[in-house]
Amino acid sequence: MRVLGIETSCDETGVAVHDSARGLLAHCLHSQIETHARYGGVVPELASRDHVRKLAPLIREALERAQTPRTALDGIAYTRGPGLAGALLVGAATARAMAFALDIPAVGVHHMEAHLLAPLLEADPPAFPFVALLVSGGHTMLVQVAGVGRYRLLGESLDDAAGEAFDKTAKLLGLGYPGGPAVERAARDGDPGRFRFPRPMTDRPGLDFSFSGLKTHTLNTARREGDAPQTVADIARAFQDAVIDTLAIKCRRALDETGVRRLVVAGGVGANAALRERLAEVARRRDARVHYPRIEFCTDNGAMVAHAGCLRLPGEGSRDDAFDIAPRWDLESLAPPGDAVTAPAAGASAPGAGSRG
Amino acid sequence: MSGLLAIDTTTTACSVALRAGKAVLCRYEAVGQGHSRTVLAMVRAVLDEAGLEMTDLGALACCSGPGSFTGVRIGIGVTQGLALGADLPVIPVSTLATVAQGACRTHGAAAVAVAMDARMGEVYWGCYRRRGAGVVTAGEEAVVSPDSVVLPGTGDAWLGCGTGYGAYAEVLAERLGEAVTVVDPERLPDARDCLALAEVRLAAGARGVAAEDVVPTYRRNRVTQG
Ligand SMILES: Nc1ncnc2c1ncn2[C@@H]1O[C@H](COP(=O)(O)OP(=O)(O)O)[C@@H](O)[C@H]1O
Ligand SMILES: [Mg+2]
Repeated sequence: MRVLGIETSCDETGVAVHDSARGLLAHCLHSQIETHARYGGVVPELASRDHVRKLAPLIREALERAQTPRTALDGIAYTRGPGLAGALLVGAATARAMAFALDIPAVGVHHMEAHLLAPLLEADPPAFPFVALLVSGGHTMLVQVAGVGRYRLLGESLDDAAGEAFDKTAKLLGLGYPGGPAVERAARDGDPGRFRFPRPMTDRPGLDFSFSGLKTHTLNTARREGDAPQTVADIARAFQDAVIDTLAIKCRRALDETGVRRLVVAGGVGANAALRERLAEVARRRDARVHYPRIEFCTDNGAMVAHAGCLRLPGEGSRDDAFDIAPRWDLESLAPPGDAVTAPAAGASAPGAGSRG
Repeated sequence: MSGLLAIDTTTTACSVALRAGKAVLCRYEAVGQGHSRTVLAMVRAVLDEAGLEMTDLGALACCSGPGSFTGVRIGIGVTQGLALGADLPVIPVSTLATVAQGACRTHGAAAVAVAMDARMGEVYWGCYRRRGAGVVTAGEEAVVSPDSVVLPGTGDAWLGCGTGYGAYAEVLAERLGEAVTVVDPERLPDARDCLALAEVRLAAGARGVAAEDVVPTYRRNRVTQG
């Protein structure tokens, strides 16, 4: 089965062609980082405008690179949510209409499920069950994955996402956007002994996260200590150490509580080299293994959507004329492929439950 | 002649029109924000009624704005998807011209001053004169405050139509005085008029553009603070 995948949930336009027998055939990506950089964060209307400009050319390019004539497609998958409503609508409209014209089924996939399953695109994929740490600009969650569509939320951020904390810290330290790579770079020259920041929510049981207090702590330290380059590096180091330590402690707990020996890390923060080193150490001590998607599939991309679509289309693909999106969509409400999926009511403003239902 | 399908989702109306031989098959509905639930079902309905498939079509047309930002993007997204799937060229048509064409069709207007409510104290403004079976623009389309709209030249008997005349009745009346007779303050674009304008262009030799070259017309480009 050959599937076109379309991702437009936030600030990357991604298109890919995945074949269930032959694997990934092509993937194309347009990142909007430059569009949003001067605003220090994603501006939803600008994101939607960019998606509608870039999506059609990327579809053409992906099909060409995959040497797949459009009539050879068996289905189309698009990100239905969660994400920015206006951005999601661009992908949903284009995907449903293209499937309509080709008279093939389409399916709306869950963005976080696509992230969770992205490591299965790699040559040495993790077996089920595994624990997944999703750390991006919009999400921080630990999920127990028993199989496709069998997800249990172990913990999540009660406020800022980890990537968001990196971005905000970079902004207040004057390090630019996106913040993750900038903070990581600055932290390399930082003295790990100069400041010690709190490790939020690690002194009590549980797998939830909170990063907004850490952000405030960083702000206060920066105000007090000034902005000499070495000081900025030392603060970046202290901040990064605190985030990584917190994530590592929770991952360790999640592995111990579930007895699972495979950890999957996805999302943009997963690109952080210091985090990777730290998690490798956690895994080594438990005889566990850490799996990452390749770096380009840590962040948003079309390949993960095409891949999830391959798994979802046989049971849930449809020739429905209506397309709805789900800006908020509870991951735990998903069911294994083929079973009925409980999803928020149709409609662009689908309310959706809180992510712990 | 192969079929032509036109789509409009740029305002609170949703409509499609299909040219099939001598017949034009249409659907039109006030959907508010419900385009995503309606537009492809309408396309399927007119194709079924005509006994045509997407592969029987020769081209697509769509209103490309200005209008509701989300509505404009749904229309363009759907049109691009259909064009990519069926390998068809697209003829993008101005939403304001489509409204003007509708006024010519129903009121026999020769000159139409369109004002569509653009929210935030502004209107999408465009003036058109009838030419042949279509309309041609007289001056640039713009998003402007209703107290600063400008009519192109004198001597025309302008008919005013579009939701701007409902939302800003007094300001526009004061600004335009006798020069404009408001006939249709509730008129929204209708795909049958988009179809008519696209047919005029096709008859004049236009071929349409590829899916990826269909771009939205927003007119309002100030969308961030600062
Ligand atoms: N090396 C890094 N260290 C820490 N954070 C990073 C790094 N690289 C990227 N990030 C963060 O990852 C986030 C982007 O990841 P992505 O998965 O695209 O998130 P989203 O889709 O939620 O925007 C940003 O917040 C960015 O700062
Ligand atoms: Mg993401």
